[in-house]
Amino acid sequence: MRDLFRGELVRITAEEPEARAKAEVRWQRDTEFHRLADSDAAQITSERKIKEWFEKQAEQGFKPERHPFSVRTLDEDKYIGFFGLWVDLIHSVAWVGIGIGERDFWGKGYGTDMMKLCLQYAFTELCVERVSLGLHEYNPRALRSYEKCGFRLEGRTRKDILREGRRTDTLWMGILREEWLQMQNGDLI
Amino acid sequence: MFDIQTQLFEGQDIRFGPIDHEKDPEIESKWTHDSEFMRLMEVNPARPMSAAMIKKQYEKLEKQVEEKKNLYYFTIRAKADDRLIGKAAVQWIEWTNGNGFLELGIGAAEERGKGYGTQALRLLLRFAFAELNLFRVSAIVPEYNEGAIALLKKFGFVQEVCRRQSLERDGRRWDLLVFGLLNDEWRNQA
Repeated sequence: MRDLFRGELVRITAEEPEARAKAEVRWQRDTEFHRLADSDAAQITSERKIKEWFEKQAEQGFKPERHPFSVRTLDEDKYIGFFGLWVDLIHSVAWVGIGIGERDFWGKGYGTDMMKLCLQYAFTELCVERVSLGLHEYNPRALRSYEKCGFRLEGRTRKDILREGRRTDTLWMGILREEWLQMQNGDLI
Repeated sequence: MFDIQTQLFEGQDIRFGPIDHEKDPEIESKWTHDSEFMRLMEVNPARPMSAAMIKKQYEKLEKQVEEKKNLYYFTIRAKADDRLIGKAAVQWIEWTNGNGFLELGIGAAEERGKGYGTQALRLLLRFAFAELNLFRVSAIVPEYNEGAIALLKKFGFVQEVCRRQSLERDGRRWDLLVFGLLNDEWRNQA
């Protein structure tokens, strides 16, 4: 059986409200990170408020439609980011949210490694039929990473984002269960 | 001409009106007992709803309108006798980006195919683009909703995204389509 929680560079850990809140306070100061990851306005929130939010999430315990994780590096056990899967249980599809808050770890394969773990979890443990995501067209690094993981571009909503006075598109991608299975080259899953 | 005379809520045979908390729940409850209507409108499982459940839904809706300020909701009514025909909304508005999503439904089967949907969408687009000043609007439609797709295309919507095999219904999988229309595109054809 494959290790679901360990990739080449990172491992998946539980969401820890205290550590996450501490990290988020630093990450939200990096507005480039926010603008790459999100479409709403950058915002500054107190550590307490963030911690309360994540504690509230944690209190809900296991929910089959919500799967948040923290991500740490294998070599230094550094907390660098997160990903989450939101599942529509009726139609067996999932949406991914993913981010590396520590910018020193951008562009070095950590994101791709995280996404591979994320897809493996979605298809082998949550057993969904497809996984979807959206990204900004001004984030080509993310696009390349998602393509490497097997996502296909399914369209773009034209000029739906306004940043720095410029209208840009949101790109939408998806990967189907059979597409992901084909990429596994018959490896034991 | 600075056209503020045109009435935003008046169509040819229909008008946009408020919710009638006394009479509407009974009628909308009937619509929810039509599984075809529910499956055209919703990706959530179709389920019949009582008038009391609809009443609660209206209250939730009005609370969202008041608190979140990202939703505009209208009932569609016949001008002739004020009867409830359907509903129309601009929702999930992102004010910083100037975008929102449209929702539109003609509830009773016998009211469909009379052009009310066309009239309602004309009003809804004018409201979204000339009153809310949105830069663009989107509509999400399952591939099997051919009526909605034809209506959107008639108004110049472009199919922008095809989310392959996103829905499971009647034992097979279906694509979910995203359509978009920009303010410029609407203005140039209006």
